[in-house]
Amino acid sequence: MSYATQKLTEEKVFKDPVHRYIHVRDQVIWDLVNSKEFQRLRRIKQLGTSYLVFHGAEHSRFNHSLGVYEIVRRISDDVFHGRPEWDESERLTVLCAALLHDLGHGPFSHSFEKVFNVDHEEFTRAILTGDTEVNSILKKVSPDFPGHVAEVIAKTYSNKQVVSLISSQIDADRMDYLQRDAYYTGVSYGHFDMERILRVMRPLDDQVVIKSSGMHAVEDYIMSRYQMYWQVYFHPVARSAEVILRKILQRAKELSESGYQFQQPPTHFLAFFDRSFTLADYLALDEGVLMTYFQLWINERDPILADLCDRFVNRRLFQYVDFDPGTDYKKLGELAALFKKAGIDPEYYLIDDSTSDLPYDFYRPGEEEERLPIQLLMPNGDIKELSRLSQVVDAISGKRRTDYKLYFPAELLIDGKKKAIKQQILEMLREGGI
Amino acid sequence: MLQEHARIVDFIATAEGVTGRKKLQKMVYIMKKLNVPFKEKYEFHIYGPYSEELTARIEELCDMGFLSEALEDKGSYVQYKYAVTDEGMEFRNAVGASIPQNPEAAALLNAKSARFLELASTLLYFGHLERDEQIAKLHSVKGKLNFTEAEIEEAYRFLGELEQLKLA
Repeated sequence: MSYATQKLTEEKVFKDPVHRYIHVRDQVIWDLVNSKEFQRLRRIKQLGTSYLVFHGAEHSRFNHSLGVYEIVRRISDDVFHGRPEWDESERLTVLCAALLHDLGHGPFSHSFEKVFNVDHEEFTRAILTGDTEVNSILKKVSPDFPGHVAEVIAKTYSNKQVVSLISSQIDADRMDYLQRDAYYTGVSYGHFDMERILRVMRPLDDQVVIKSSGMHAVEDYIMSRYQMYWQVYFHPVARSAEVILRKILQRAKELSESGYQFQQPPTHFLAFFDRSFTLADYLALDEGVLMTYFQLWINERDPILADLCDRFVNRRLFQYVDFDPGTDYKKLGELAALFKKAGIDPEYYLIDDSTSDLPYDFYRPGEEEERLPIQLLMPNGDIKELSRLSQVVDAISGKRRTDYKLYFPAELLIDGKKKAIKQQILEMLREGGI
Repeated sequence: MLQEHARIVDFIATAEGVTGRKKLQKMVYIMKKLNVPFKEKYEFHIYGPYSEELTARIEELCDMGFLSEALEDKGSYVQYKYAVTDEGMEFRNAVGASIPQNPEAAALLNAKSARFLELASTLLYFGHLERDEQIAKLHSVKGKLNFTEAEIEEAYRFLGELEQLKLA
């Protein structure tokens, strides 16, 4: 028996709060789960800083990756199995891609990528094809197998059905994270009838479509996604923590480049500051490492770095106000000048943030071939885009969905010196001036 | 602050408006690959390189009143036309045009069709591969579009011409 088809003598199961059980029979999958690169995902939270708002949201990318694998396993082994439009030989490729799709995520991934201008998808590719345990396992299947898995995750694989299962507007990734994030945050949104959706998924030509009889289950999924975005993913307080996190990394980089003598040197970050990093440098990072630095930097001499770290570790977050850049952008310069006069550096303490800065997207009906929409398979074999048939989806598709916030440290504006200037700032921020 | 938004406004102003969301996506991608400092993150989608961040930012700019969006019904399909408003020009001037302006590059890109830009941007996306591998990959992911050898040759010539402009 080849390694690709080798089965475990006994099925392994992981207890899971979302899918009840995650089933592993393939030796390849079991070996991948036990690789050190996959185990690293235990130390990276799925929802970044959201745990500072929803205290249950401590779940990791490890949980989520197993969940995505389980959904794809069920589609491949149960729903698509035996259908002529589905190529059974893709089974192991799609299972591995599902399991490993988030492998390149780093600690507090979104902020880290923004500050250091790196891309987790490139790290995923590097882990799959570089000198790693994961690569050794995949190569045992065949020399070109790591490349195939990497292409599925990068969405450049030739079989688009395989890509669609991992990455499309109704894919295993989203179906898992919506339910998992709802479970761990404790919100009542995010629930939908996944069983029904799985039953009506069909492979067809270059895509995966949904039988029209399952439209209402898909509507529910789209509404869940919409509500989770506004209630959890775009939560303004979690965004405050992200803003502070970004500023910590930015400050540490700036200090290092200016020759500042750290009491606790940023050893793990140096290769990212000067962009000389290797894959090994990246894999050495996790959220435990970053939190250790933040904890130690609370005692740094630099008051800005120390303050930002204290805010993040001890959850003393920035306040925020809504603002409309369309009318208020001119006042931002005025505010920044007042911050400087008050002795508060606006680069670190007056920060605008919009939903376009966040890595989440709404359903798009695919006008002008931007993205492949969700397609419904009609009883007569025709294909129709979801929002053309669903009034519910049409009502929330293509609408403007933006939210701008301005973040600032409220307590620094209340006490201490230069009260008159600070009062002026507060009036601008709170009394409709901005 | 708002530098990323200002860059997009600046680019669309320089291009004197852009017709087509897909076209705008590919234009910005090509400029980014030629070292213009756009920050929007791109991924590969079925229609080539695509940035959800750019889509969201364009929505925001329309919301702010800095871009106008007009729907053009072409019969079998629709197209969105984007132009910078007077308020948008004021915003660009106030925040500061933060990319080196290159009207020639913007005009060259804008003169091309969305199909051609999809071809050119896809070749660029596979720029880390050898040329024959790039072409093989193009046919593998975009087989249905049946790009001809002449089109592919023209895309490489066009990308070379853009590189000569030494953007940024």
